[in-house]
Amino acid sequence: MADTPLFKVTIDNITIEVPAGTSILEAARKIGGEVAPPAMCFYSKLKGSGGKCRTCLVEISKGSEKDPRPMPKLQASCRTTVMDGMEVKNITSPKVQDARAGVVEMLLINHPLDCPICDQAGECHLQDLSYEHGKSGTRYEFQRRTFKKHSLGDYIQLHMTRCILCYRCVFTADQLTESREHGILDRGDHAEIATMIEKNLKHDFIGNVIDVCPVGALTDRTFRFKNRVWFTKPVDAHRDCEKCCGEVQLWMRGDEVFRVTARKDEWGEVKEASNGKTGWICNECRFEKKHINDWVIEGPSEVNRHSVISQGHYVGRVKPKETVEEVMDGVKPRIFLQIHEVSEVNKPTVDLSLIQGPAHSNNFVTSNQ
Amino acid sequence: MKKLLLANDHIEGIRFYDVYRKNGGYNSVEKALKNMSPEAVVEEVKKSGLRGRGGAGFPTGLKWSFIAKPEGVPRHLVCNADESEPGTFKDRYLMEFLPHLLIEGLIVSSFALGSNVTYIYIRGEYAWIVDILEHAIGEAKANGWLGKNILGIGYDLEIYVQRGAGAYICGEETALIESLEGKRGNPRIKPPFPAVKGVWDRPTVVNNVETLAAVVPIINMGGEEYAKIGVGRSTGTKLISACGNINKPGVYEIDMTVSVEEFIYSDEYCGGIPKGKRLKACIPGGSSVPILPAKLLLKTAKGETRYMNYESLSDGGFATGSMMGSGGFIVFDEDQCVVKNTYTLARFYRHESCGQCSPCREGTGWMEKILKNIETGKGKMSDIDLLWEIQSKIEGNTICPLGDAAAWPVAAAIRHFRDEFEWHVRNPQESQVRNYGLADYALV
Repeated sequence: MADTPLFKVTIDNITIEVPAGTSILEAARKIGGEVAPPAMCFYSKLKGSGGKCRTCLVEISKGSEKDPRPMPKLQASCRTTVMDGMEVKNITSPKVQDARAGVVEMLLINHPLDCPICDQAGECHLQDLSYEHGKSGTRYEFQRRTFKKHSLGDYIQLHMTRCILCYRCVFTADQLTESREHGILDRGDHAEIATMIEKNLKHDFIGNVIDVCPVGALTDRTFRFKNRVWFTKPVDAHRDCEKCCGEVQLWMRGDEVFRVTARKDEWGEVKEASNGKTGWICNECRFEKKHINDWVIEGPSEVNRHSVISQGHYVGRVKPKETVEEVMDGVKPRIFLQIHEVSEVNKPTVDLSLIQGPAHSNNFVTSNQ
Repeated sequence: MKKLLLANDHIEGIRFYDVYRKNGGYNSVEKALKNMSPEAVVEEVKKSGLRGRGGAGFPTGLKWSFIAKPEGVPRHLVCNADESEPGTFKDRYLMEFLPHLLIEGLIVSSFALGSNVTYIYIRGEYAWIVDILEHAIGEAKANGWLGKNILGIGYDLEIYVQRGAGAYICGEETALIESLEGKRGNPRIKPPFPAVKGVWDRPTVVNNVETLAAVVPIINMGGEEYAKIGVGRSTGTKLISACGNINKPGVYEIDMTVSVEEFIYSDEYCGGIPKGKRLKACIPGGSSVPILPAKLLLKTAKGETRYMNYESLSDGGFATGSMMGSGGFIVFDEDQCVVKNTYTLARFYRHESCGQCSPCREGTGWMEKILKNIETGKGKMSDIDLLWEIQSKIEGNTICPLGDAAAWPVAAAIRHFRDEFEWHVRNPQESQVRNYGLADYALV
């Protein structure tokens, strides 16, 4: 591989070196944490995606070493490549925060907010985004836009009302499958994802549109209304599959497999498979292998402990340090406080069942004598 | 003033080749192709100081010099005839009456840029103009101005006309390119710019009809001579399509030294406002530029006379100025309602938003609904501030300038006509039967 020069880029005062051609968003993701702008439409595995949702807008306060002028407008970090010496402001720029809050508000005005009955709730990017940047109330006083629900075949449900038009599924269908049967119809706020006309989506890999969908617009019909994601436990598993990598995440409750999805990384994107191939999984693995005997279980998946999914089954959780031992000079308490060491009351030598009526402190005093 | 583009538009039959040729047509092609190199043509256009007539006013010569020239990759020139801005109809006039002028300009420009296949992307509603253009292309081809080995210098050129399907957004250059390729007309994310990756990933220059037509007089008279017309950086002549409450709506060629007052009131141009009514406001450059009240239109904030040119119209920025835009000059008299007009424009932008970026897709619809409420007497006082908030969230945060174009009219209307909005909210019933009238901002 030819040497790509390394560019120094400073994001929120953190400097990192990345190869030329990296986008600001990916550079920020390398730093990680809060510095990484949220992305609703960008998907690093899909070519051409990004630039549409405008949540990843950043301020570029210095263009590059050669041309230090700042960029006049906020730029979509997912589609802007880094330059050497570039300085980017994300969470340190009030302008960016303001614009982002505006974008979130715009995304939510026509969103039905039916999270209590939405299958995506708990792993929805829009939910996360609105918790972080949204307002508690809405200023939108009109009827929200609605569409009819569509079943795109036996496996996929399209709930267009929830869609934020990120175009990820269009790119997925375009790039993963040979026959592109769905796209965007109409324009403006009445644009919709649709198959022309009311066709079913039939392709071995089309199920991946469910994984890429950041909201609950495309959901799994085999999982629909069966369970909440946070009641199910994600488990890594694999099987020999001729079509795909076969490495998946099972969402289980007890021994029952409720749902199969591809494995996702911390940014909610499909992970690469262990053999370096793409991690997209085929429809057979996703929709038809719903028995635990179909799979070889590898163990519980890593889940971010702040995620609602991890409630009750944390992996990699750091327990708080025990300080009682230190305080008690190395004595490890059987229970939190060894009460008998400080009080005469309720000594185990007194058999409470022999006392008639309620116990009195006199009972303990006499027995001690 | 000597007309350059519309000098011959009164001659009968100028639409046809024989008459056009007799009146000095295609001389610039002979001059450029026989005596000049492509670089020299670009240099001449640079010298002329010609600025893009489509709205943004970017220097054309500079734009042409940016085109990438990789070995073995064809380059394209695309003529943007997707003139869909409300209030702008200058290109229509030009193509309808002087189709050969455009084709002449296209041949010279294509030669300068090294494009062997040039496209005219015309809006779908101009269906009859497609026939006119295709007839003209046929005539030009029959007479040896198009096709293989033009004038025996070994230069080939084909011009194709492509009809759009009625989308305003396809007037944005990257959306136009997508549409031309047969895809959904969504604007692309820049960079890469069309000058590097345009039609079919080839270097492309997209220019407005009037810009390309203006190349003809530039070659005929020389760039330096052309630059002497006009004032400052606003060189040459500009077509203005005037409409609204004026006595003589139509397309006028001006040399950018005309003052706005003269343009509205003189008999040579708009001929004043009908029935002796007074001027209230004006949108000087097509629907997407900020509206100006009469007092700021005729005089700048500093009290200087405002002229019809790029610099003077944008004097004072968006706070007290506007833009030259595409030259769609819309005049409002004292009986017009700014709220209704803003609502109409908001409805247009909501309908024409492509739906790619969320602020524009959702925001334009939201603004339209609020404006409808205010217009129909259901508005609240807080709605006005909310409108201001929404437009500020759209402006500058979108991929293409449609978001800005949707935000500016609303912003300007609130900035200059806030009391009219407030009057609408306060007098919901009265506002349904009568208009607010002039108020002090119109007094000149």
